[in-house]
Amino acid sequence: MATTVDARGLSCPQPVLLTLEAISAGAEEQLIVLVDTDTSRENVTRAASSRGYASSNVQAEDDGFRLTFTKSRA
Amino acid sequence: MEGIKAFFASRRGIIAVGLAIGVIAALLQKFGNPANMGICVACFERDMAGALGLHRAEVVQYLRPEIIGFVLGSLVAALAFKEFRPRGGSAPVVRFVLGAFAMIGALVFLGCPWRAVLRLAGGDGNALLGLAGLTTGIGVGALFLKNGYTLGRAQKTSAAAGWLLPLIMVGFLVLLLANPQVAEQAKSGVLFYSLKGPGAAHAPLFLSLAAGLLIGILAQRSRFCTMGAIRDLLLFRHTHLLGGFLALLVAALITNIALGQFHWGFDKQPVAHSQHLWNFAGMALAGLAFALAGGCPGRQLFMAGEGDGDAAVFVFGMIVGAAFAHNFGLASSPAGIGPNGMAAVLVGLAVCLFIGFTMRKTA
Repeated sequence: MATTVDARGLSCPQPVLLTLEAISAGAEEQLIVLVDTDTSRENVTRAASSRGYASSNVQAEDDGFRLTFTKSRA
Repeated sequence: MEGIKAFFASRRGIIAVGLAIGVIAALLQKFGNPANMGICVACFERDMAGALGLHRAEVVQYLRPEIIGFVLGSLVAALAFKEFRPRGGSAPVVRFVLGAFAMIGALVFLGCPWRAVLRLAGGDGNALLGLAGLTTGIGVGALFLKNGYTLGRAQKTSAAAGWLLPLIMVGFLVLLLANPQVAEQAKSGVLFYSLKGPGAAHAPLFLSLAAGLLIGILAQRSRFCTMGAIRDLLLFRHTHLLGGFLALLVAALITNIALGQFHWGFDKQPVAHSQHLWNFAGMALAGLAFALAGGCPGRQLFMAGEGDGDAAVFVFGMIVGAAFAHNFGLASSPAGIGPNGMAAVLVGLAVCLFIGFTMRKTA
């Protein structure tokens, strides 16, 4: 199972805010975040990794990115 | 390319960009820009409004090449790294109004967040009040964001929408080259030029343009944002952007000391006043407006260069806000706040609070 956050088209800092909210709400092992800019891709990746979610896949799609994160075993 | 991308996305990258901007800003002062105003996005857009005749404050009229360079440098970087994405449609009218009041607040303080740190780096203690106000305003904006404030999603749009502001900047550059400054003349062709005051103080045109282009490229790559620096600290305890902001301060401070441009004090600071409450309140208004619009005035220019039409609307809002600020006596001067500055700050805060409370997720 995966938790999906759709942050496409949202301006700073909402993609990060939604990602961190999803993590705080108890996201699944796998977290998928949809973004539409490189800035959001970088910001979300940085924020997710600070909360123990490592980037496992970045896929370009629909003029944006599908970012997949996997919870790292601590 | 990937290596360059990774560097600018790293902590070392954003700090390097902040250091570069700090040194360049202090050097621009050495080469002729106004004291403690090597770069000020708000002041420079205000000077552009003056050069175009949108206001007739004679001391602040010059079509600043730095601003043109910011947008075009960002455009070049975005195209080179395939990040140019025409987009728009996220509450543009709200962004316009936020831009106008952000400018009005900044002109009550006399500087945008960039100039606030440059003023501090030049020894102007009044900047501390401005920075405190800025932090307070951004803090209020962060509370709105936490509670679901949003301007809605932008959509991908046709290329023209993304190209308009960069093309307008090209047009401004053509105007500047076609109507060059003539000594002792207040007007050249269609453009106004200050004969005295901050508008008359500027580095050579091509030096300013080159500095602007370089900063535009660096800032587009690193996503440098002064408002975001404070917002991310308050909202997430993230210090990534803050590293760049502090690096700007440190680099400008060291360069100023080396060049003999550092003079500590509160009185008689260049293009500044010491009405502490209004320095604080003006920047609180600007900070709130920047936070609600998702970027400092520099960042809005860089995003506009990447094709963000909503950021372009914010820029136009700032330019129009500057015209109102000087036509209506809202802007401050070294003599103190303008006759209607207080009213403008209060109205601006009310408008921003209205926007903050009403623009919410519709579930």
